Amino acid sequence: MSDREAVLGAVRVALAGVPDSESPDDAPSRGPGADHAGPDVVGLFAERAAEYRAVVVRVAAADAAAAVGRALARTGARSVVVPPGFPADLLPEGSWTWLADAPPLTVGRLDTADAVVTTVAVGIAVTGTVALDHGPGQGRRALTLLPDQHVCVIRADRIAPDVPEALGLLDPYRPLTLVSGPSATSDIELDRVEGVHGPRILDIVVIEDERPH
Amino acid sequence: MSGADNVVWLGAPAFPEAARGALADTRLRANLRRATGTIRDKRLAVTAELEDWEELRETAAAVKRHTLRHLDHYLLRLEEAVTAAGGTVHWAADAAAANRIVTELVRATGEREVVKVKSMATQEIGLNEALADAGIRAYETDLAELIVQLGDDRPSHILVPAIHRGRSEIREIFRREMGEWGRPAPDTLTDDPRDLAEAARLHLREKFLRAKVAVSGANFAAADTGTVVVVESEGNGRMCLTLPETLITVMGIEKVLPAFADLDVFLQLLPRSSTGERMNPYTSLWTGVTDGDGPSSFHLVLLDNGRTATLADEVGRQALACIRCSACLNVCPVYERTGGHAYGSVYPGPIGAVLTPQLVGVENAASLPFASTLCGACYDACPVKIDIPEVLVHLRAEVVEAERRSRLLPTPEALAMKAASAVLSSPRRLAAVQRLAVLGARLLSRDGRIGALPGPFARWSGTRDTPVPPRESMRAWWRRTRTGTRDEGRTETEGKERR
Repeated sequence: MSDREAVLGAVRVALAGVPDSESPDDAPSRGPGADHAGPDVVGLFAERAAEYRAVVVRVAAADAAAAVGRALARTGARSVVVPPGFPADLLPEGSWTWLADAPPLTVGRLDTADAVVTTVAVGIAVTGTVALDHGPGQGRRALTLLPDQHVCVIRADRIAPDVPEALGLLDPYRPLTLVSGPSATSDIELDRVEGVHGPRILDIVVIEDERPH
Repeated sequence: MSGADNVVWLGAPAFPEAARGALADTRLRANLRRATGTIRDKRLAVTAELEDWEELRETAAAVKRHTLRHLDHYLLRLEEAVTAAGGTVHWAADAAAANRIVTELVRATGEREVVKVKSMATQEIGLNEALADAGIRAYETDLAELIVQLGDDRPSHILVPAIHRGRSEIREIFRREMGEWGRPAPDTLTDDPRDLAEAARLHLREKFLRAKVAVSGANFAAADTGTVVVVESEGNGRMCLTLPETLITVMGIEKVLPAFADLDVFLQLLPRSSTGERMNPYTSLWTGVTDGDGPSSFHLVLLDNGRTATLADEVGRQALACIRCSACLNVCPVYERTGGHAYGSVYPGPIGAVLTPQLVGVENAASLPFASTLCGACYDACPVKIDIPEVLVHLRAEVVEAERRSRLLPTPEALAMKAASAVLSSPRRLAAVQRLAVLGARLLSRDGRIGALPGPFARWSGTRDTPVPPRESMRAWWRRTRTGTRDEGRTETEGKERR
């Protein structure tokens, strides 16, 4: 007997007491959860992301590229990875070395890049999270992992109030990464320290249409 | 179905004996008190933010209960979905089978080393040791797991396996051992946690960049889409899940969820319960393989190793709902004092006390169901509402039953219980015994307490002081002070006392 049959057989024996009338389709019913976000979704997103040490700025569309430039200038980043599909009008004017991922950059090259700029699939206000689906503008997963600074740009209308709404907006068949602040650890005396293996600096530029220039 | 594995550590003493040693270690107790105190406050702050926290717990418990009652159905759906997305599913009845599968998969790549994401399932089956026997080196990449691995130590907490180590001990381990495993720690290393994290970053970076094979566990897997989820903080998980060509994920069969949409409630509950954060820094979700992004080969190993035996127990099966948040450890007064090693298992604390004996059989971990005061703090903290005290009591009965079956003569405890039953069922016998007990106890006592006693009483009295009983029992006092006829007398006495 294969292990597959052995395990499934043992599961069925263990569940002999479950009546046949009870079907997997009778999943527990669930009402809508409480609203944890309140009316100011964008404000909450900015506040919560900043609490986890992301650097958050809110700008008008016309100022977005300059905000990206200011984030890169703050850390002194010079070589910056730009994923395929990243909007050209979000790149600041200046003397940066933009690294395209075509042909794909080696891990060694990514490791020496100073920063990466991306768009975001969905934001989550309650948790201050940015969700990447690694589509156009975000690039394959390694791009946002090896450089030490990640600058991401999100349009305010892509910010969902809470986790359930955000999951509903994401495609489960794409690789997904939920990012809440820079990498961190609580492994030494359960004390939170920011900055381990992933990017140690996370910048979030929020574009708001109605924000005055 | 159980092989050579780490669910219980061979040669580990029973809990009371191990606890005695742990309690005498004042540094351990200070480390634990500080760490669990910090995390308790953080957890309470972020759970209090959600006014429907209790409803979320109820929902999660209901989803888990439902999934477990149809586990075969959901495992088959998961297998189908993962396969359709380009992954390969393997089934392992026990630790030996899982280790064999993973070892063969690594061998097939021709690699001699793997990077690992922290995983309870691979700890449980002793995968690192099995790989070492096959000449394959496994590098732990979670900071706490790295501390445990470099220190040739054992994990003492589900979430933070090195919780028993303070920062200065960690500094010593890094300075002494990192050079043996790869890039040495810098000479200037201090015991500042920032500095220690930086040393781990540098030490592991070269391993991530050259790794061809990674091994992970899984926090959740959605049966409808085949999506597997790893929740982490440091980014070591993302490194392992993204950079290598081959990814092997070992997952307990109880981790499956019916649907991708069910993740919403668990992704709200898990980070808040485990690290006291609204969301952990990184959550990776992947469905099979994706062209041009991440591993080109993905294997999912579904592990039983005692889980179906646990599922067969209608009271005990709720322990399989555990999402390994470790909130129960952090609130447990016993864990806070003894630490994790005393439990002698990779699963310590309250959840370990109910899970370990079920995975390996109560006769192999008979002291664990008793490693609790039944105070219920674990049940209050559990995000999936596992009634740990209920399962503990249920398992205690099983331990007593197993003991009774395995002996020709009754245990001293059974004899004492039998005698107690005879005494308590007769008012006259009870009165006589109480009078004798008062006399005897007063003779034995010192400063109002009875300390250690010889003979058959030693096992009870060796670990606790007993207050001396009062000169007069409640029953004797009642008889002496009551007035009038029985019924009227009672009313009158109560009335007087209330005034």
